[in-house]
Amino acid sequence: MAEKNKENVHFRNVNENPCNMCMPMGGILALKGIEQSMVIVHGSQGCSTYMRRHIAEHFNEPVDVGSSSLNEKGTIYGGEKNLRQALDNIRKVYHPALIGIVTTCLAETIGEDIERITGQYLIDKEMEEFPIVTASTPGYGGSHFEGYFFTLKRILMQLTEAVEKNNKINIIIPNISPADIREIKRMLALMQIEYVLYPDFSDTLDRPFAKPYTKMSNGGTKITDIRSMGGAVATIQMGITIEDGISPGKYLEEEFGIPLYNIAIPMGVESTDAFINTLVEITGKNVPESIKQERGRLLDGMIDSHKYNFQGRSVIFGEPEMVYAVTKICVENGVFPAVVATGSQIGKFNQLVTAAVADCLEQSKILIETDFSHILAASKEGKVNIGIGPSDGRYLTEKGDIPLVRLGFPIHDRVGGQRLLSVGYTGTMMLLDRITNTLLENKYKSYRSSMYEKFYQQG
Amino acid sequence: MAEDLAGSITERDEFIVTKGKNKKQLKCDTDSSAGCVSQRACVYCGARVVLNPITDAIHLVHGPIGCATYTWDIRGSLSSGAELYRNSFSTDLKEQDIIFGGAKKLAAAIDGLVEKYQAKLVFVYSTCIVGVIGDDLEAICSAASRRHNIEVIPVESSGFIGNKSAGYRAAGDALLRLIKPSESAVIEKNNSINYLGDFNLAGEAWIIQNYLRQMGVELNVTFTGDSHYTALKSAPKAKLNIIQCAGSMIYLAGKMEELYQIPYIQISFLGIEDTAASLRNIAAALGEESMIAKAEELIAKETARVENIIKGYRAKLEGKKAAIFVGGGFKAISLIKQFREIGIDVVMIGTQTGRKEEYEIMNELVDDGTVILDDANPAELEKFMMEKGANLLVGGVKERPLAYKLGIAFIDHNHDRKHPLSGFEGAINFAEEVYSTVCSPVWKSLNALGMESGVVNHG
Repeated sequence: MAEKNKENVHFRNVNENPCNMCMPMGGILALKGIEQSMVIVHGSQGCSTYMRRHIAEHFNEPVDVGSSSLNEKGTIYGGEKNLRQALDNIRKVYHPALIGIVTTCLAETIGEDIERITGQYLIDKEMEEFPIVTASTPGYGGSHFEGYFFTLKRILMQLTEAVEKNNKINIIIPNISPADIREIKRMLALMQIEYVLYPDFSDTLDRPFAKPYTKMSNGGTKITDIRSMGGAVATIQMGITIEDGISPGKYLEEEFGIPLYNIAIPMGVESTDAFINTLVEITGKNVPESIKQERGRLLDGMIDSHKYNFQGRSVIFGEPEMVYAVTKICVENGVFPAVVATGSQIGKFNQLVTAAVADCLEQSKILIETDFSHILAASKEGKVNIGIGPSDGRYLTEKGDIPLVRLGFPIHDRVGGQRLLSVGYTGTMMLLDRITNTLLENKYKSYRSSMYEKFYQQG
Repeated sequence: MAEDLAGSITERDEFIVTKGKNKKQLKCDTDSSAGCVSQRACVYCGARVVLNPITDAIHLVHGPIGCATYTWDIRGSLSSGAELYRNSFSTDLKEQDIIFGGAKKLAAAIDGLVEKYQAKLVFVYSTCIVGVIGDDLEAICSAASRRHNIEVIPVESSGFIGNKSAGYRAAGDALLRLIKPSESAVIEKNNSINYLGDFNLAGEAWIIQNYLRQMGVELNVTFTGDSHYTALKSAPKAKLNIIQCAGSMIYLAGKMEELYQIPYIQISFLGIEDTAASLRNIAAALGEESMIAKAEELIAKETARVENIIKGYRAKLEGKKAAIFVGGGFKAISLIKQFREIGIDVVMIGTQTGRKEEYEIMNELVDDGTVILDDANPAELEKFMMEKGANLLVGGVKERPLAYKLGIAFIDHNHDRKHPLSGFEGAINFAEEVYSTVCSPVWKSLNALGMESGVVNHG
């Protein structure tokens, strides 16, 4: 018990190797999924540059993000002048159709009222119709995960109107890969569903090579579509772990009476079934034969791999929503989730994961608001032999000899994070193969020597 | 609309000149303009880059989590001993800490880390909000220092107090505190030299140390690549300081001259020409005949070897055009000469934090018509690379995807690269890297007419 207390005290005062990013990072990612949008980070120059670097290295795409470049003067007398100058310059160079402004620790601590500043700016420029959306995202207010959903909610609060009912379904997308987003669109097309997918960075952060280069990329959720989300028949939100306060789907439900279906990311059989069944429930449409075939192939593959997977003891880490989805896949396939960890502070996470792992023979270790130092310690204790999460988990490989299946954001030490397909029946199969093959690779690497060491005795 | 949105940003005009065209003085070394999408990071970044390679120090970031996340083990500085510097520690400030202050948390964090890692040296980095909420870093650090009888040094790196150069100065001040001998100590001078401004990326400082050893020159300590507490403490004993990355180190060198009577010379180990000149200058400054002779011997042997290898690349690269956008001035200057060694002309050159003197040298070295610019943004890089017909760009992580999207080759010359570019060894790597990207077969596919040609080759 004394040991445990010590650990808790230690944990509260210092984070040793972070497993999360800060709130404005999530805001930028969300805004990158809106058509012809530009983002300004209201704070000192470094915030925007660091986040651009982090995003650019994952997606291998140019990521242009403005900064109000707050200096000493702006910090003392207020940053209005800087923010107005930033708006001027961003409009001049990029001609965006929408500008999103996210704040930082600094802007919030000095008490910047960005809604007033931007409101006044639009009046002065005689362009009150121009959409500027703002989100208060101080780095100390939560992780990038909360920043992402909160910004999505703020955009709806500022753009979405009570319009006539339409036949579309709002699909709210968490921070999954561009390939995953395209897969969800493919499934929706096969089901002949009318939808607004929000946000959509499948093109903006993974654009094809084309000449000539344009500063703004095509794609993204259309602003007119966002405005009309208030008239949808339903919202499907892939955000089962998020809390109501930051939930875009909850906002649409409360404000416009749109029924909310909050589901997990469609990864694994159960969660993908839930997605498909929800679509059927809302629209009454039939599931096409081709999707049934995909499901059948997944089941076939799961049987083929089940004994290999049973050897797996995993540590799953990263954003709560992704971690929960992967936990479900592991449990479905007999990979024991020995450690389930997130750097974010999400109240529902513990309860959801506890329910997901309830049938396992052993107790999983659940870590919330944690860091990699603790994840490593728990992984060693839990005799983990596979890690699943972003590339920061290379620390677990280096220090704990745990092979890593890279998944989520960011992936900095391998190419192709934006192309990783892991959702739907087909994506699940591809992810499961990556997990199984990592286990197999390690087994082949060591079984001769380990058996020799264990059993061979000189006669 | 009430205003003219065409054209470029007027406040940027003074930061861009074309050699031979306009006589105006280039503006540099000042704050970035808001909304210009500067490629610079912040004061904290500058300080962290300089100090982080100190291998046995605890690098603790006092602030919200983001600043520590985005700088965790992203640099390629190597160590021959301790690995402590590869961790990113943070006090992970939350909303309540912003309200009530983070002093207690910081003190407890230092205590916890010192107890766990038994370090002799702690750097505590200040971030934006620490400068605003008013935690007395100085007092907290000096109390911790007394409590543990070790060095706990505050780094005044609040992001908004200037640009990246201010961070270099903050790091310089922290280093001066570290190397300051006690009141009673007598500095016993020896014949060794300190090497300032090499961060041992991919073992670069080791390569240079080997050259010095061959010349009979004793290297006292490198600032800061592969350095540690004890070695740094001995810095005042040296006879001479040689500085490579002047942008980050010239302040420290000036102070060391004033305080410890150590003269300095500027050198650069990028490219054959500068490497040879630097070795000669070091030998001449130390004035020993044997060193001068050994330097000549080494230069003759290595130059012949390297020139023989790179002449093959030169034949393929002759006449190509390079664009350069790097962090500091010394690197930019050396690159002009290094490109000349492989037959390439520089058509655009700029830096994030170059100084006036450095831009003057660049201006002398480049041909008429070359664009010289300070603190450039993606729009300017794009514009001038296209206008000048650049075949390749030298830059960092954020610039890479832009070059690729424009169909232009790219050279990584940043802190996270995994191969050395210093010395004779580095000159070979550089030529090889330039060839690998400029002459890559992938560009042929981009220029193929593809589907538009309507031609099918059935073989």
